[in-house]
Amino acid sequence: MKDNYTEAKLQLDHVSHRYGETAVLENVSLKVSPGEFVVLVGPSGCGKSTLLNLLSGYIKPVSGKVFMEGSIRTVYQQDGLFPWLTVTENINMGLRHIASRQEQEKELNDLIELIHLEGFEKHYPHQLSGGMRQRVELARVLGGDADTLLMDEPFSALDYQTRLRMRRELIHLLEKRPRTVVFVTHDIEEAAQLADRVLVLSNRPATICKELHIGAPRPRDLTDDAVVQAMKTILTELGLQTPGKTNV
Amino acid sequence: MKIKTTKQPPVSQVTQKITGNVLLRRLLLPLAVIMAVLLLWWLVCWFKIFPAYALPSPGDVWRSFKEEIAAGRLLNDIIASLWRVAIGFVMAACLAIPLGLWLGQHLSARSAFLPVLNFFRFLSPLAWIPFAILWFHIGDKPAVFLIFMATFFPLALAVMSAVATIPSIYFRVAHDYNYKGIELLTKVTLPAVLPQVITSLRVSYGIAWVVIVAAEMVGCQDGLGYGIWEARNGLRLDSAVCYMIVIGLLGMGIDRLLSQLTKLPNIRWGYER
Repeated sequence: MKDNYTEAKLQLDHVSHRYGETAVLENVSLKVSPGEFVVLVGPSGCGKSTLLNLLSGYIKPVSGKVFMEGSIRTVYQQDGLFPWLTVTENINMGLRHIASRQEQEKELNDLIELIHLEGFEKHYPHQLSGGMRQRVELARVLGGDADTLLMDEPFSALDYQTRLRMRRELIHLLEKRPRTVVFVTHDIEEAAQLADRVLVLSNRPATICKELHIGAPRPRDLTDDAVVQAMKTILTELGLQTPGKTNV
Repeated sequence: MKIKTTKQPPVSQVTQKITGNVLLRRLLLPLAVIMAVLLLWWLVCWFKIFPAYALPSPGDVWRSFKEEIAAGRLLNDIIASLWRVAIGFVMAACLAIPLGLWLGQHLSARSAFLPVLNFFRFLSPLAWIPFAILWFHIGDKPAVFLIFMATFFPLALAVMSAVATIPSIYFRVAHDYNYKGIELLTKVTLPAVLPQVITSLRVSYGIAWVVIVAAEMVGCQDGLGYGIWEARNGLRLDSAVCYMIVIGLLGMGIDRLLSQLTKLPNIRWGYER
């Protein structure tokens, strides 16, 4: 067992958590390998965000152990940018460790180019659309030295088409700057399109009720066979698929 | 570039139309209402609804205004009042804002201090007048003290609750990006509450300006409040009205200055949502 801890960047070991009387997580074990893209799906209120908060160290579990290594940054559903800072200043938060001004500037310009926000450097978050704001968030977490990204329903506040576009963009960004990702969503499509591994969580108290590996290369289209197949499996697991049709 | 400029729509016409509307809304309409109020005042005097000694006419007030300016008294009183408000208000702000920041971040400190701060907030500053005189005698000090007492408590409470209601997500982000200690305070907590701090500065400045009139009616030998008191003693209500107009206009003017702060780019966000 010990050997596994050292090779894993991120691990939950028999973790349970409760808020007062409400049991949220029950005996959850999870190991994330370096460079892996893990998606947690489950019904809303099932404890997905609690799981992320445990991984980030923001809360401590009632029982069980959390192992984490390296620096971790989180992307939130919305409003994670500081509204009193411009796009540039927000992204620079992620580049504070870079000592040389020139290098910092270069990195900043690279990131802004990567998220296609040239010309919006001096804008404040409230002057941007929801999609642009989330792109700035992505630039901020990707800039710098974080090894692990935790993403808490980062696209769920966006409209459908923007969401589709952001998934593609995220894959593109991760190709350029590989990271370990733990991504929480209630969106089954999103899980099927993005994940190396999908973990389906049960209702509260949450346990991992299904583990699904998707080997297909990314970017994946919504209508790719692998994506459709994965969605069927997840939907069945959640009891949302008509049972007779699952084997099509 | 040349093509672009020639293709541009006739911007000047559009902007002219907009500025015309703004001019009407911002200047002409308010001016019309002011004229109507003056007319109403003049009519009430004309029909002698109140005896002449109890309600001076606009003409009387205008004459007394010129008289006060010529005597140099009005300017002297304005400076005296502005000075007292400035000292009391700045002292209150310098102590209340740090206290509010501290209380906002510590739940137990907040619970400990909240009842006392609330208690003093609901005490009218005018209740302190006898103490002000006994402790500070005459001159600027009692008035400054009263301004301080009037503004310190509401300001501290407003800053405190502003800090306490900062969305927790900002602190989580700050934790992710290693903001700690002083840097957390100056780069996260303070900018997060700045829009609300400026609003509460405007509100408490309003309180200060109201209180200065009453504060100067006792223990002072000059100031706008003293001017009104003097006018009352001499039954010169024309002079009193003239002072009232000055107080109102100055209050508006300084609030206008403070409201300019809300237009700063890193504060504007607080007023956009």
